[in-house]
Amino acid sequence: MNNMMSLVLRTTGYFLLPLLLIFSVFLLLRGHDEPGGGFIAGLVAAAAVCLHLFFTDIAATRRLLHIDPRDLLGWGLTLATLSGIPAVFMGDPFFTSQWVEMTLPILGETKVGTPLLFDIGVYAVVVGSVLAIVLSLAEAEE
Amino acid sequence: MGTLMAFLVGGLYAAAIYMIMRRSIVKLVIGLVLLSNAANLLIFTSAGMTREAPPLIPLGALQPDGVVADPLAQALILTAIVIGFGVLAFAVVLIHRAYEVVKADDMDQMKDTDT
Amino acid sequence: MGHTSVLLALPIIIPLLSGALSLIYWRSRKAQRIIGVLGTTALLVLSGMLVAEVWQHGIIVMHMGGWQAPFGIVLVSDMLAASMVFMTGISAVTTAFYALGSVSKRHEHFGFYPLMHLLLAGVNGAFLTGDMFNLYVWFEVMLVASFALLILGGERAQMEGAIKYVALNLVSSAILLSAIGLLYGLTGTLNMADLGYKIGQLEDDAMISVVAMLFLVAFGIKAAAFPLFFWLPASYHTPRVAVSALFAGLLTKVGVYALFRVFTVIFPFEDTFAQSLLVWIAALTMVTGVLGAAAQFEFRRILSFHIVSQIGYMLMGLALYSPLAIAGGIYFIAHNIVAKSGLFLISGLVYRFKGSYELKELGGVYRQYPILALMFLICAFSLAGLPPLSGFFAKFLVIRAGVEAHAWWLVATALAVGFMTLYSMVKIWAEVFWKEQEVCHIKPPRKYRGGTRIMYATVIGLALLTIAMGLAMEPLFLIAQMAAEQLLNPAGYIEAVLGETGLGAREGATP
Repeated sequence: MNNMMSLVLRTTGYFLLPLLLIFSVFLLLRGHDEPGGGFIAGLVAAAAVCLHLFFTDIAATRRLLHIDPRDLLGWGLTLATLSGIPAVFMGDPFFTSQWVEMTLPILGETKVGTPLLFDIGVYAVVVGSVLAIVLSLAEAEE
Repeated sequence: MGTLMAFLVGGLYAAAIYMIMRRSIVKLVIGLVLLSNAANLLIFTSAGMTREAPPLIPLGALQPDGVVADPLAQALILTAIVIGFGVLAFAVVLIHRAYEVVKADDMDQMKDTDT
Repeated sequence: MGHTSVLLALPIIIPLLSGALSLIYWRSRKAQRIIGVLGTTALLVLSGMLVAEVWQHGIIVMHMGGWQAPFGIVLVSDMLAASMVFMTGISAVTTAFYALGSVSKRHEHFGFYPLMHLLLAGVNGAFLTGDMFNLYVWFEVMLVASFALLILGGERAQMEGAIKYVALNLVSSAILLSAIGLLYGLTGTLNMADLGYKIGQLEDDAMISVVAMLFLVAFGIKAAAFPLFFWLPASYHTPRVAVSALFAGLLTKVGVYALFRVFTVIFPFEDTFAQSLLVWIAALTMVTGVLGAAAQFEFRRILSFHIVSQIGYMLMGLALYSPLAIAGGIYFIAHNIVAKSGLFLISGLVYRFKGSYELKELGGVYRQYPILALMFLICAFSLAGLPPLSGFFAKFLVIRAGVEAHAWWLVATALAVGFMTLYSMVKIWAEVFWKEQEVCHIKPPRKYRGGTRIMYATVIGLALLTIAMGLAMEPLFLIAQMAAEQLLNPAGYIEAVLGETGLGAREGATP
């Protein structure tokens, strides 16, 4: 991928990468009542990592990730599936949303519930699966 | 608008089927992309295209205020797009690997498993 | 919500969870194997409980996430769905155990187990859902998993087979999606029960039959029915045997199940164009499948073509549309899952010992492995329909229904196809098991590890099951009859899903 080593791409890429990742977390957290959500946030995060792949190489991207995409996929799927189960113990059907209200130091009144767990799971599944496909394709190219 | 969309959807289906019938597997995949998009647009059209307010319920109310657009069709299309995205990502990986193994972009070279 | 509705979601949740867990442990073969065995066994036990529950209390419904029926997604289990889930459990357990011996390290590394669980989740989801669009989603889940399983290993034949499989199945999915879109435009609902009610009130017959035809084509492709079955014999013999057996047992049956569901609950079927067409499709599927098999000389290809011909019998059950015929069709699906998986697994054992699937190269298996030969005889005779095995009663029910409906030429076709099936099975018997092996230039793939005993055990288990299904005909027939009655009286289904309060004013529950 050396022919893609454009100076402009590399310089902007290092700026864009953290911005995009923060933006993806923002999309993830606002997703329940407003546009956003786990899927689109996961795609943004995966796109950010793909951008990194463009201006470095596969080894560097794997180092950036710290974690194998397949692990992300597994944990995400587990989390998303498990998020449906608390409802059963409350006597509701599967996947009924369960909410807990709490007061956090900085955020103030916050509602946390199983849909957030589900969204985080979806986020991990999307990031994991897109990156697993992209990385295996990139490795096949070499 | 509905008539226009109907022609558009029909054109997409025709283009998709034409591409699927080509011998090249790359064109086959392009045809499949067009086909899934045609189906999505068909849902969009057949669910009725009305220019209404977005289906948002005001704070405190239980029902939306007045007539709103049908959100379900859009939810269906969104789901179908996501699924189509996943399936097509797989199809691209598949033709890439098939090309590496068979060394040809031609359906006529892939007759080993036919009977 | 009592514990019964939990029982309804577990056949989907358990495979999803086992799939997710085996993804987490993708580095450890041992953990994946343990999860595979435990997960599928749990699935079998729970699906057995589901059948018992439906038997006692009738149709069970669960509103996912607490959203009420026509708006939210419902899971519904009538007897047909419950027994299909149970057969999935049987198929899953045998595959998981057989895989312990047969699936190589490389395949496990590339994710055989997670994909198997995902496939099972998709199949069970398709059986249990009560929502058209959700059915499409589960079909896609199942397809994606099956695509990946099909190319696991990456040999040339697998790639070629997979391209045909993927292309035709994606086309069928697009047709299904279009049909769902048109149906939604027509009725404004996607809940199967609600659809059944609203279609009954519509007057636009032409549009209804257009949509019904689209569904017939889409599910017909997925079920490998007559003109559109070519993807099946082109691809099913290419992957590992454990995968082939799973596909042969389950995938096409989901298409058949969807046809049974759509043409009983949703669309009017009796004396429509769809019915007269399906009679032809059923007959031609039987004939082309069995003739295709007669022309083949490769173990698994013969079996693949027989899947097609057996689909014809199941469709014949639906096409005749009497309680007996539908009960027969349902019993046939159950029988076929057992007998066909068994035969595919036997072909895998023969390959393990001899290193080939070609009839010409094989021979002498009876002398060396008499138990395997006996198991083959049982499964093969069951497939061909000899008493007292399950296949005999399956065919007997369907053909009896044909006689009662005075569909003489359909009955004649079914009987002739039965003889042709016997011919194919005898051909395999004579070539693979009976004759002396001529030249021994083929060798077993390599020194295999252990695990042959487990593989034997699963094959013997399936053979015993097909005998048991024949001997315990009475209770099984009662179950099939109950399923058929529920299908033919969709009012019960509609009432169970939408409630007795009438279909007018219902409120969506708040989350």
